[in-house]
Amino acid sequence: MKNLSKIFFLIILLSGISFTAQTAEKVEYLKTDWSFKGLFGKFDRASLQRGYQVYTEVCSSCHSMKYLSYRNLAEKGGPEFSLEQAKAIAASFEVKDGPNADGEMFTRPGKLSDKFVMPYENVKAAQAANGGAYPPDMSVLVKARGGGVDYIYSLLQGYEDPPADVSLDDGVYYNKYMYGNKIKMSNQLSDGLVEYSDGTNATVEQMSKDVTTFLMWAAEPHLEARHKMGFKAIVYLIILTTLVYFSMKKIWSRVETKI
Amino acid sequence: MSDHEYTPKSNFGKWFNDRLPLLTLANHLTDYPTPKNLNYWWTFGGILTFCLITQIVTGLVLAMHYIAHADMAFDSVEHIMRDVNYGWLIRYIHANGASMFFLAVYIHIFRSLFYGSYKSPREIIWIIGIIIYLLMMAAAFMGYVLPWGQMSFWGATVITNLFSAIPLVGEGIVTWLWGGYSVDNPTLTRFFTLHYLIPFLILGLVVLHIWALHVPGNNNPVGIDIKKPSKDTVPFHPYIVIKDGFALLMFMIVFAFFVFYTPNILGHADNYIEADPLVTPAHIVPEWYLLPFYAILRSVPDKLLGVVAMLSAILILAALPWLDTSKIRSAVFRPIYRQFYWVLVADVLILGYVGAMPAEGLYLLVARVATAYYFLHFLVILPVLGWREKTLPIPLSITEPILGGSPNLATAKKKESLDN
Repeated sequence: MKNLSKIFFLIILLSGISFTAQTAEKVEYLKTDWSFKGLFGKFDRASLQRGYQVYTEVCSSCHSMKYLSYRNLAEKGGPEFSLEQAKAIAASFEVKDGPNADGEMFTRPGKLSDKFVMPYENVKAAQAANGGAYPPDMSVLVKARGGGVDYIYSLLQGYEDPPADVSLDDGVYYNKYMYGNKIKMSNQLSDGLVEYSDGTNATVEQMSKDVTTFLMWAAEPHLEARHKMGFKAIVYLIILTTLVYFSMKKIWSRVETKI
Repeated sequence: MSDHEYTPKSNFGKWFNDRLPLLTLANHLTDYPTPKNLNYWWTFGGILTFCLITQIVTGLVLAMHYIAHADMAFDSVEHIMRDVNYGWLIRYIHANGASMFFLAVYIHIFRSLFYGSYKSPREIIWIIGIIIYLLMMAAAFMGYVLPWGQMSFWGATVITNLFSAIPLVGEGIVTWLWGGYSVDNPTLTRFFTLHYLIPFLILGLVVLHIWALHVPGNNNPVGIDIKKPSKDTVPFHPYIVIKDGFALLMFMIVFAFFVFYTPNILGHADNYIEADPLVTPAHIVPEWYLLPFYAILRSVPDKLLGVVAMLSAILILAALPWLDTSKIRSAVFRPIYRQFYWVLVADVLILGYVGAMPAEGLYLLVARVATAYYFLHFLVILPVLGWREKTLPIPLSITEPILGGSPNLATAKKKESLDN
């Protein structure tokens, strides 16, 4: 057993090294309690639904979410809108389809199977409309940023007047959490910007939290299933390991050598 | 090998075995006499076999859904993560499985270094092992390119560009590797093909690795030659099978923790950004398991010499059986080597750490010192130590150190009757 503790020490050491290696340039991010962290972490359903509202009303005018479909909104482990709600949401968007029998492209109301409608035709159009900066697709944004949810949550609240020695060009804003502190997205959130249907007070902090939760789900739609299965798998493995351990002791007792 | 003639009991068994001696092989694997004092560091061979099979099986399923095309690779990976049934599970097992594979192989290699398992008569096992390790690095590198994220693309660009350091033909070779004038779709499709091929080459070499192992039999913590079968050995089944099984389960718990709770911690966030040839990431870093060699590469100011140093750092291992001149295998009886061994472990960990850091200032200095020490260890310390070191007296058998010099006759008898 002494050797086993050595093995585990080595494993912890190695993962520790890779961990510090990747978080070397970390700034102190704002902290909040995320319901989806931890062994039993789950999404806060109401927060996901509010987060979707913030996304559609604020973010979606510039940021696409090309890997999500409207059906996802009604799926288990997500915002879990009812099927009718999700259908209504889908139908509220105009989707370009075609060509039809006459060879013409046409628009129709969205269906559950449609991907989220993109704000721009293509990347160039998005850049042209945003001063040359492409608003990144938000589908996996949380996983594509070193600080993850804490980074996004902080960034949304990180707008400040620039220090005296920093001069900003037109269309560039100061954000204390942004890499290099200069960001081309202006401050988007202000208190009361959206009106939550569940009566939650729409403070900047609340909206940041809700929309970040929504983005986390968008990036990891199977997070709840993963946590659930992980717990079962590990409990199963621990029980099996214990049984095998005692079988091993029994078998090796025949040769009377320590193992 | 001490294979007594094996005859199957049934008539069909005899008939079959005369034509294809699979039953003789199964009998050999079951009875294979194994030193009974093997510790848990010896369980990583079995764990590595498990890792290889896991990678092949999950890889096959992923290949059914993945699309090797520069415009669709990233999308198809997201399709696997979102819409394929349990696709997220299979991909996370495959991605973390690579890290687990390397974790296990490093423990396996360092076990061999500590107990002198590479020494005569096991040089061929060791060299096959080094070839497997090289192929693993190639497979892992190409696998990392397939999701076509930013790190995939730029990692591929950096690594393939290393070949341009070769005088005269370097540029031509790089163009040939890319299948064009930059990393692009032709590069991706050939990497996918090779990534699919290499694991099966590894599988074949693993068979040779085990075959070569079964000729002299396992080394052991005491590092002495033992009589087989004898009171020093146990049959592979059930003793080693259950012990390897137990260690494998412990390993799987760690594995499961990564897969289910921190599946992305060993990867780089930038690889969730789709490859963009026009945007270079701030820091291009390889996966953690290649970092020590990356540090060696960057510690040499000249590009060609850097590549030579990096390759030598791996290939020097193949010469290890002849660089280590000591007749004693196990570090248990080599008090000085034991200390140098741990210094080497620390040296490699330091190299790994500075490999992840920007190559400047203090990090660069540390990388250079650690690189120099790495080669010093193999080229100077090991040969000299073999001649100069005063080793401790080695026991005559495994039973001696355990039972204090007087073999327990009752146990030995009982065991021998079990063997027969």
